[in-house]
Amino acid sequence: MSDTHAQTVPFVRDTMLPPAEPPIREAGAVRWLRENLFSGPVNTVLTILGILIVWFLVSHFWDWFAHSIWNAGSLSECRQIIAETWGEGARGACWAVIRERWNQYVYGFYPPELYWRPTMAFGLLFVALAPVLFSEAAQIRRIVLGLAALMTLWLMVMLDAPALWLAFAAVVFLGALLVSERHPAWLLVFSILYPLMGVWFLWGGSAWGPIMVLVGPVLGWIAWRVMHPFSSLAAIVAALVIPVLWWIGYAGEAARDAESIVSFSIPAVTSDRFGGFLLSVTIGVSGIALSLPLGIVLALARRSDMFLVKSLAVIFIEFIRGVPLIALLFVASLLLNYFLPPGTNFDIILRVIIMVTLFAAAYMAEVIRGGLAALPKGQYEAADALGLDYWKAQRLIVLPQALKISIPGIVSTFIGMFKDTTLVTFVGLYDPLKSMSDAVRASTSWKGIYWEPYIFVGFIFFLICFGMSRYSMYLERRLARDHR
Amino acid sequence: MKTSIFLGTVAATTLMAGAGMADTLADVKARGELNCGVNTGLVGFAAPDANGNWTGFDVDICKAVAAAVLGDPTKVKYVPTTGQTRFTALSSGEVDLLARNSTWTFSRDTDLKLDFVGVNYYDGQGFMVRKDLGVTSAKELDGATVCIQTGTTTELNLADYFKANNMSYQPVNIDSNAEGEQQYMAGACDAYTTDASGLAATRAAFADPENHIILPEIISKEPLGPAVRHGDNNWGDIVRWTLYALIAAEEYGITSANVEELATSSQNPEVQRLLGVTDELGAMIGLDKDWAKRAIMASGNYGEIFAANIGEQTPIGLARGLNAQWTQGGLMYAMPFR
Repeated sequence: MSDTHAQTVPFVRDTMLPPAEPPIREAGAVRWLRENLFSGPVNTVLTILGILIVWFLVSHFWDWFAHSIWNAGSLSECRQIIAETWGEGARGACWAVIRERWNQYVYGFYPPELYWRPTMAFGLLFVALAPVLFSEAAQIRRIVLGLAALMTLWLMVMLDAPALWLAFAAVVFLGALLVSERHPAWLLVFSILYPLMGVWFLWGGSAWGPIMVLVGPVLGWIAWRVMHPFSSLAAIVAALVIPVLWWIGYAGEAARDAESIVSFSIPAVTSDRFGGFLLSVTIGVSGIALSLPLGIVLALARRSDMFLVKSLAVIFIEFIRGVPLIALLFVASLLLNYFLPPGTNFDIILRVIIMVTLFAAAYMAEVIRGGLAALPKGQYEAADALGLDYWKAQRLIVLPQALKISIPGIVSTFIGMFKDTTLVTFVGLYDPLKSMSDAVRASTSWKGIYWEPYIFVGFIFFLICFGMSRYSMYLERRLARDHR
Repeated sequence: MKTSIFLGTVAATTLMAGAGMADTLADVKARGELNCGVNTGLVGFAAPDANGNWTGFDVDICKAVAAAVLGDPTKVKYVPTTGQTRFTALSSGEVDLLARNSTWTFSRDTDLKLDFVGVNYYDGQGFMVRKDLGVTSAKELDGATVCIQTGTTTELNLADYFKANNMSYQPVNIDSNAEGEQQYMAGACDAYTTDASGLAATRAAFADPENHIILPEIISKEPLGPAVRHGDNNWGDIVRWTLYALIAAEEYGITSANVEELATSSQNPEVQRLLGVTDELGAMIGLDKDWAKRAIMASGNYGEIFAANIGEQTPIGLARGLNAQWTQGGLMYAMPFR
């Protein structure tokens, strides 16, 4: 049987043929193009339109970008170089203005010999942020701290920082790196101290001011410890009231007295010297750091059962959200002057920070309220069933989940707020985008330059905002817990 | 009820403000610094350089006043003000003096409660057009699109002028000088209108200034001058006579270079009075006798300030024109020092 069969089958394949190449239409780039760009008549038309638009833009702007000049002392010099190199009538970008006014864009009118101070403050900001932003990722924390340390120290050397402060920064960075290996949570102490330190580095003056501000919470803590055995309510009230009394009544005087006994101060820099990205980042970082906690409190207050708390929160949020930010800035800069006693020196940057914070906090509250509303009712009930009190339930169960849900919205608010810092131009502060660029254009050398400053500042803003957006995506991935 | 409380508060604060700021001279001396409101950046008039040092035609007025009052032209805190914030900054007491190319008008002087102390630059509104447009007079601009900065007196002047000449125009609203130049260059408007000094500076910064002309018609009066608050006449006198001292110094040939020499050698009684050699003019306004000498030494007399910042040797290249001394056919006329 098998024999006959063997006769009837003349050929038996004993090796597999190699697979044939797929048809050219179904492989590689051609397939990708077919599937993604030309998959149907509509997509084909859209693709061709898109290519035409890109080509239109590139063909119009390519020569302008290609003829970039980085070394020139004035716009006319730029034009001359372009005309000599690429012939009469050629267009070109004159980035030399950025090169010449770089320091002004970064530091505003900050005294040049003190540029290292904001630089150091900015570098140490990463030490303060690292334990908060990268609490569970030791590897990333190491990289961030290491990079921040290297960049900051290198820049400080370049900016001729005094050796003492260079050593200080080096010790802080090294300490942070070492501490973060063993006890990352300890770094939070630095994060809490950083705001006062940062303010002191930026504005200078006597170190006793920030130290005396710090004494307030310490006094409050002592009061709490003393009162706690007697009555917990009295302890809380004392812990809140005593620091405020201290700040209002005694801190200023104590700082002056201490300064007269042991002088410990660095040169003071007034707010009108701030400008450019230093101003934007100062306002942006303060606004971000302050608006998140304030927003959480407002969101919780709005969902509260207590009528008064709830109404106040609703009124505040709706009022602030209903008013344009520029109106608030005008109030801060102009109207307040009429109501404060003459001669009161209420720092303009502080006023702007307060207004920007209130504005962002109102939006933040609504974003977080969305997160709170998205939590299933079971979570609240489970917290109650465990016998947790209100604050514990919020802290341990509700807020961690609600904030996680709200991350994209929160970061959007941050990004929006950071970009809104350019609006301070309307109250006469030198934001990088408009005021600083107009000031640069007001010099006879750079009058007539238009696009280059805008493109440069826009690019830097893009980098910062894109960085925030990528971080939020990283955080979302990291915190992703499948809802089971 | 609510209104009355609000009005009461406003009245109370105004009273408080009025009482507290009556003596600007004493405030400035106590502070040791003159708060001077300037433009956030206008080429030739006020601009910070790469190191944050302010220079310009208006800035030199601030320096002269600081030199006269405090004895040091560097004791000035320049407060950059925008078109929106300038007058409020002055009336709220944030600045002692506003030297910000502001036009002296009836309503600003009266309704806004400012006191313009004089004129440091006589400007007027003009038009710039492309040469190939073939227009040689503003009267031929019927139906043109015009780039115009909003919120300024120029906007109103433009409407007045076209209405008076029975012509029509299409406004293209712009927010700043830089934007106006860009729109004009891009061809969004046929004509660009602003103060003639600004037009000259703009044209000078073009890559092809020869292809643009400034039309001969000047359609408005724009007397620009420093302003102070209503209600403190002594402070107003100080600023006014500091300005006059600079103008008079040019008339009498007193420059920053020869002021020391003239103070000892000049036999001209007017010069002697001005420089405090004879008479005690300074004491009458609460200053010492060398006040005018210091004001002139700060950045020179009016002519020197003009030449250094906006004159024909600078890229802006403005001719003196109306701003020449009255003896040269201009309008600069200092009241007698006597």
